[in-house]
Amino acid sequence: MSTNQTSRRDFLKTSSLAAGGLLMGFALPGAKVEAQAAGTVYTPNAWVHIADDNTITLISARSEMGQGVYTSMPMLIAEELNVDIHQIKVSIAPPAAVYVNALLGAQITGGSTSVRDGWEKLRVGGAQVREMLISAAADEWKVDRSKLKAERGMVLGPKGKKASYGSLAAAAAKLPVPEKVALKDPKDFKIVGKRIKRLDTPSKVNGTAEFGIDVKLPGMVYASLEQCPVIGGTVKSFDAAKAKGMPGVVDVVQISDGVAVVADTYWHAVKARKELSVQWDEGAGAALDHNKVLASTRAAADSGKVLPIGKATGNVPDAMKGAAKVLKAEYITPMQAHAPLEPMNFTASFDNGKILLIGPTQFQQGAHGAVAGALGLKPEDVTLKTTFLGGGFGRRLELDFVIQAAQISKAVGKPVKLLWTREDDMTHDYYRPLGLNQVQAGVDAKGMPVAFHHKVTSQSITQRAFGLPKDTLDPFMAEAAVAPYAIANTQHDLVIHDSGMRVGYWRAVSHNMNAFANESFMDELAAAAGKDPYQYRMALLKDKPRFARVLKLAADKAGWGKPLPKGRARGIALMEGYDTYMAQVAEVSVKNGEIKVHRVTVAADLGRMVNPDTVEAQIQSSIVFGVSAGLMQEITLDKGRVQQTNYNNYPVVRMHESPKIDIVLVPSKEKPGGIGEPATALVVPAIANAVAAATGKRVRKLPLTPEAIRAA
Amino acid sequence: MSTTMNVNGKAVTARSEPDTPLLWVIRDELGLNGTKFGCGAALCGACTVHVNGQPVRSCQTPVASVAGKKVATVESLSKNNSHPLQKAWIKHDVPQCGYCQSGQLMSAAALLTKNKNPSDADIDAAMSGNICRCGTYPRIKAAIKDAAATMRKTV
Repeated sequence: MSTNQTSRRDFLKTSSLAAGGLLMGFALPGAKVEAQAAGTVYTPNAWVHIADDNTITLISARSEMGQGVYTSMPMLIAEELNVDIHQIKVSIAPPAAVYVNALLGAQITGGSTSVRDGWEKLRVGGAQVREMLISAAADEWKVDRSKLKAERGMVLGPKGKKASYGSLAAAAAKLPVPEKVALKDPKDFKIVGKRIKRLDTPSKVNGTAEFGIDVKLPGMVYASLEQCPVIGGTVKSFDAAKAKGMPGVVDVVQISDGVAVVADTYWHAVKARKELSVQWDEGAGAALDHNKVLASTRAAADSGKVLPIGKATGNVPDAMKGAAKVLKAEYITPMQAHAPLEPMNFTASFDNGKILLIGPTQFQQGAHGAVAGALGLKPEDVTLKTTFLGGGFGRRLELDFVIQAAQISKAVGKPVKLLWTREDDMTHDYYRPLGLNQVQAGVDAKGMPVAFHHKVTSQSITQRAFGLPKDTLDPFMAEAAVAPYAIANTQHDLVIHDSGMRVGYWRAVSHNMNAFANESFMDELAAAAGKDPYQYRMALLKDKPRFARVLKLAADKAGWGKPLPKGRARGIALMEGYDTYMAQVAEVSVKNGEIKVHRVTVAADLGRMVNPDTVEAQIQSSIVFGVSAGLMQEITLDKGRVQQTNYNNYPVVRMHESPKIDIVLVPSKEKPGGIGEPATALVVPAIANAVAAATGKRVRKLPLTPEAIRAA
Repeated sequence: MSTTMNVNGKAVTARSEPDTPLLWVIRDELGLNGTKFGCGAALCGACTVHVNGQPVRSCQTPVASVAGKKVATVESLSKNNSHPLQKAWIKHDVPQCGYCQSGQLMSAAALLTKNKNPSDADIDAAMSGNICRCGTYPRIKAAIKDAAATMRKTV
């Protein structure tokens, strides 16, 4: 797994260089952050802005999409800067090289990387400014800087001398940024590791938080965009006469992805769009349906080029031949939509060769570069501001809606807010690809595995999004494919197959398919051996203490092995993802095929934590997200058209379907792991295993709908 | 063509055509942005407001149908987060992305108006029309109980 992580770190840089596909321009190496203060603002470094009115603004280089970075990122800076976390303001960084996520090689929020990327960098950023402020005070007071210390926004000197950070900011900002700074011993942390209340909550309970949908610019008009019902189709011709006669319509314009109706209000735009008549060239996508996606994926699994995931151990073919028994299974994870609650939108204002873009994005660098490219603008003529994101889950890594808004604004010469309908959003997503996982194990006379082969066949998002060269291992398809269990002979393979679907990164990405296969199969092996699935796993984890510990913690907390009310059963699952070690136990009952998830118990070891309350919130969130995925959601196509349109036919878990969630967090001094995603992937096999325990039926194709359970 | 109503205690006259959903009148004409658009089909509850004290989905409510009625949006709870529900939401750090929370709060406020001590089942029934894609349900439930307890004490 460490090899995968290493390649994940570097691949974006290399693949974008190799392909040259996506324009990755930056306006300036250190573009200006919006001032939050009334006074003169000084910027000692990229992370801390101090105004002479003593307003301190800490910069989050990551988008706030619910995961709490507008609190956790400033916490890391504030820890070393020595300021009260409740006395600071937070600003989102503009696109700039200094804000690149080192784990992904681009300015991206995703991959559960924010804390892992920021853990040291942001503390160093805070410490640098602290030292600069101390030096400024030492210069002013003409005392040795070793006699000074910085506490709670003040530099303190001998004989009660003190000065606020604000009063020292101008002088500090002129000093060189120290290259080496001492960081606190974690045992001295005052902020990091504490349950700090989220800084964005107050604005999110009185309607004042600004999301993309809330952006307003002077003279702004509204756009609704008709796109081809088949993704990838293009406009052949259109008749806008009727639409143009509708109330409030400003213009009807064709852009790359379709025909936009622009009006004085959003509702006028939506109403007029219904009067639009567009002839489409539907393109090759019109022949696609979900059965063909599965069939072509299965064919690719048989005949496609095989790329090894990691290094094989032992000799799998020989060990299979020598095994007492060989078991095989095939698991299928369906295509899924992200469906964040805020539909895709962006606001653009094109004026005199320059453009201002405001909206929700997970990928500032991409949005900035893509618009510059699409409109033929110099990078410095593109300004991008990020709002709160009404959910992301990977959907807002994509740039389609940003480019569309920019093109529409340019076409009508006015500031435009483009807002998709829910139906637009559901039918024009970048979908989680179908996953086909074929696993095979040779077991000894006691039923313990001696050989293991896992073949993953799916579609590469990285090829589409970042131009990963063909026949290259895509690390985002191989996540958690290699399970922790001690098996003498193992081989893991990847087949990359382009099914024709437009695919995107979806919360937990390939952990979803790979953990579902590995952890379902582990239960099948235990069942075949007549062994308890928890004990069976534990027997294979002798040299894996972090795995073994979370497995035991989850089992103990869930009461593994203890009697349950009639009709209930438990299932267990284990995984490492994003440097986080996690085990889950799901408790379910099944009535006439309907699964009720009563309780999910989670044990997680994610190393050091910045904000344990946020960690718990992310685990709760991920589990609810995963229950939706595991039980309810599937994208299907007919003649290339996505058939799901809204939350009625693409349901999500509601309150009454949300399980009780118990969480055990392991205190740890290890480096931090990511927590925004792993629980989403892991809850699904935990539930599938519980369902198998409750019903005796093993369902290997998701989602676990009542129809699928009854048919099993 | 205009509709007169009371929004958050103030008489307003909306110019939008009578078939315009109340949601867009509130947001785009009256400039109250707290009420959100999620599905446009009364499936997600992000647009929940009160009309004469009842929770309604404003995306499916033509503005003409609220003529002469009292409309309350999330902004009516309080600007300074002093409403017991807002306080409980902060205490439990309920919101994640936050996009659905205005609707959640308004559904919860309607529940607590008629039920001072809701059970889990009561809360499930009142809140199941509100989707939270971030899955904040456990915290919403805890916060509603907390707010209900506070409101019982203060009455």
